[in-house]
Amino acid sequence: MQLTIDKRSVVARKGEYLLEVAQRNGIEIPALCHHPAVEPWGGCRLCMVEITHPDWKGWTGLVTACLYPVQDGLIVSTDTKKVHQVRAGVLDLLLARCPGSSLIQNLARQYGIEETSFTPRKAPDLCILCGLCIRICEKIGASAISSIGRGVEKLVSVPYETVATAACVGCLSCANICPTGAIAFSESEHCRTIWSRNFELVRCEECKAVIGTPEQLEHFARRSGLDRSYFTKCDSCRNREAAARFVRVTF
Amino acid sequence: MHLTSPEALKRLKSQLVRQRKENKSVITVCAGTGCVACGCAAVSAAFREALKENHLEEKVEIKTTGCHGFCERGPLVVMRPEGIFYQRVKPADAKQIVEKTIKQGKVIEKLLYRDPQTKQLLTYEKDIPFYNKQERLIFGMNGHMDPTSIQDYITLGGYQALGRVLVSVHPDEVIEEVKKSGLRGRGGGGFSTGRKWASCRQAEGEPKYIICNADEGDPGAFMDRSLLEGNPHAVVEGMIIGAYAIGSHDGYVYVRNEYPLAVKNLNIALAAAREYGLLGADILGSGFSFDITVSRGGGAFVCGESTALMASLEGKIGEPRAKYIHTVECGLWEKPSTLNNVETWANVPTIIEKGADWYRKIGTENSKGTKVFALTGKVNNTGLVEVPMGIPLREIIFDIGGGILDGRAFKAVQTGGPSGGCLPESALNLPVDFDTLTEAGSMMGSGGLIVMDDRTCMVDVAKYFIHFLLEESCGKCVPCREGLRQLHEMLEEISRGEGGVGTLDGIERLCSVMEQGSLCALGRSAPNPVMSTLRYFRDEYLAHLEAHRCPAGVCKALINYSVIEENCTGCVVCKRACPAEAITGEKNQVHKINSEICTRCGICLAVCKFDAILVE
Repeated sequence: MQLTIDKRSVVARKGEYLLEVAQRNGIEIPALCHHPAVEPWGGCRLCMVEITHPDWKGWTGLVTACLYPVQDGLIVSTDTKKVHQVRAGVLDLLLARCPGSSLIQNLARQYGIEETSFTPRKAPDLCILCGLCIRICEKIGASAISSIGRGVEKLVSVPYETVATAACVGCLSCANICPTGAIAFSESEHCRTIWSRNFELVRCEECKAVIGTPEQLEHFARRSGLDRSYFTKCDSCRNREAAARFVRVTF
Repeated sequence: MHLTSPEALKRLKSQLVRQRKENKSVITVCAGTGCVACGCAAVSAAFREALKENHLEEKVEIKTTGCHGFCERGPLVVMRPEGIFYQRVKPADAKQIVEKTIKQGKVIEKLLYRDPQTKQLLTYEKDIPFYNKQERLIFGMNGHMDPTSIQDYITLGGYQALGRVLVSVHPDEVIEEVKKSGLRGRGGGGFSTGRKWASCRQAEGEPKYIICNADEGDPGAFMDRSLLEGNPHAVVEGMIIGAYAIGSHDGYVYVRNEYPLAVKNLNIALAAAREYGLLGADILGSGFSFDITVSRGGGAFVCGESTALMASLEGKIGEPRAKYIHTVECGLWEKPSTLNNVETWANVPTIIEKGADWYRKIGTENSKGTKVFALTGKVNNTGLVEVPMGIPLREIIFDIGGGILDGRAFKAVQTGGPSGGCLPESALNLPVDFDTLTEAGSMMGSGGLIVMDDRTCMVDVAKYFIHFLLEESCGKCVPCREGLRQLHEMLEEISRGEGGVGTLDGIERLCSVMEQGSLCALGRSAPNPVMSTLRYFRDEYLAHLEAHRCPAGVCKALINYSVIEENCTGCVVCKRACPAEAITGEKNQVHKINSEICTRCGICLAVCKFDAILVE
């Protein structure tokens, strides 16, 4: 089907969402809670766009691009006054929540906000509650973290806000996907600490680079059906070996 | 007893009606939540005792019924068939009622209701203004039946609509009838029920689900509670008819765990319906099967939102999701689902029984039928009222509600729950229907009506509702979660007299972001309490901001309590009552309030009998 985004005609398949179609066509729409590895969620409200349709008799609506299913003939505008107002409002609010986040500061600046017009949160952290960490943790099959409480009291944590349970494999997916770097972890020579739990570190047989924790490699082997021995080398060493094999076969 | 055909159901009804005619006088004791709290159980027990003493157990029946609505005057007792209405009945009165009213046919004056306007004593229920201005389509049965008795419901004509539909009406015709009736969702959305059913019937995917939303959470609202407690079979029958129309075999009632009596009576009703062959496999021998599961909520207000409710039913965190793909196509477990509120379902049997043409005659052009409201706040007759759509607010508050408490002046009425709005005196003549209330900046919501008098500060009211929503926002989306935090902060500032006039512009800008940007209806309508009070009571906001004054004398940072010397008799009552020990003065001497220590709790004002406390 065909639709128009910012006066450009683009092609989309049924079942796609506006944001992915826009991104594929190089049209930029800001989003904080979106990641291609997980299902769209619609929490940050930054990817708001204005839509209309020739059949809608002039009616327009603001929708989140990450969750709005494509529709033939849809006319999408990503930078109208209304869109700008809502995005600026959202960023202003997020800046009050996380005044220390450089990501939010930079985004806010793009919408003309240098300082929040609201009251900054007392004792702020960097978490914008985008839910990416929770969703990625669920996606990899661990579900070790979740949101706790609701509304302004809501936070992301492990059960009872203490130490990660055995469900956590220490894979760092949560920390790596976090757009604001809100999830703290540390690594020393043999130990990784995340969610207050210490994990041993496994290193690549070849180059000694960190490849993960025993729990993580165990979990990945189980989920992928690959043999545990597959997870003894780092990706680069494995790729190098494969390349060498490829050279022998070809030449 | 297992009924295997609609004819068997009809025969059972005739039999029950015949039995009842031979029967005797009935003492109906209201056992709705309000009357239970007033001690109606002891009243019923006392009646039982008194009948026994007089050897009348065989001749007189005691019926504990669902809520009659006039909660202010509970415990309520109505003597049928005469309809003699006794109010605030105590267990000690039972003996006298049996001896005088039952045995001698005499009315006991001290238990009658006195009309506060005309000062007349009224003997019969039908003469009481609280009742005679109502049109009790849905609630009417409550006072006549024991909600735990399926036979009572059947005697009053219950399940006949279902019986007729199952054998002689095609599902499409049922939907057409509901569409034609003009019934709109009573939970607040106001969407056409018939159209919703039609979309769900046409949607691809099996199975299809029927859901009853009984997660009533608005402060002061208890319509759905009273329906489930007082007439659960009407809701169950409505759901079965809906299931037949849509083609569903699985239903859920999502009910607040805080409603134990509703859960209990509903479960009793479901068990009885199954026993009678009205629920479960092969209903009334028609071949159609449908059953209902009760799911109890976990206490989150947001789970009254349809998608959050479905998430909760699935065992997930109760958070809403975007509805760009409607729940009639992709709802519970991603299957086509029809969710209606308790009151909506309870309307269905009546519509089928009496017909859409009859139903359409009640109400306004675009809002048909009746609406049940929970009338609360500073009004004389608090309780549940069922009125035809289009009735002016004034009639509800002043005629049915009996006016403002203590003869004070009306200031505003809050409609539509926490996300509704406050309407001023000038809006009192507006007809109550979905569209008019929305145009006026409020909404119908699920039917809360909170009346406020001149001692209410509108900034404080807005702050109260925003605080409620702040605690109940699920926190998924930024505009609602962070917006409510900031909105509350701004209102706090205003109530302390801080912030400039620019604060109001800031509030309006933020409200617009919340309205446009929030994910679900909770966030999108959350600004309503603020926007409606700003629209109608802007002066009051300005008084706080510019003159640092709270005209209603509520906002603690802006008020002072003092003693009016001419009025003070030195009775020491306020001095003794003051928890902060801020009042000094000997007996028979004028008292003094120390403003430094005073916490502005208002107790002195409440206890002073001489109007000697001044708040300014």
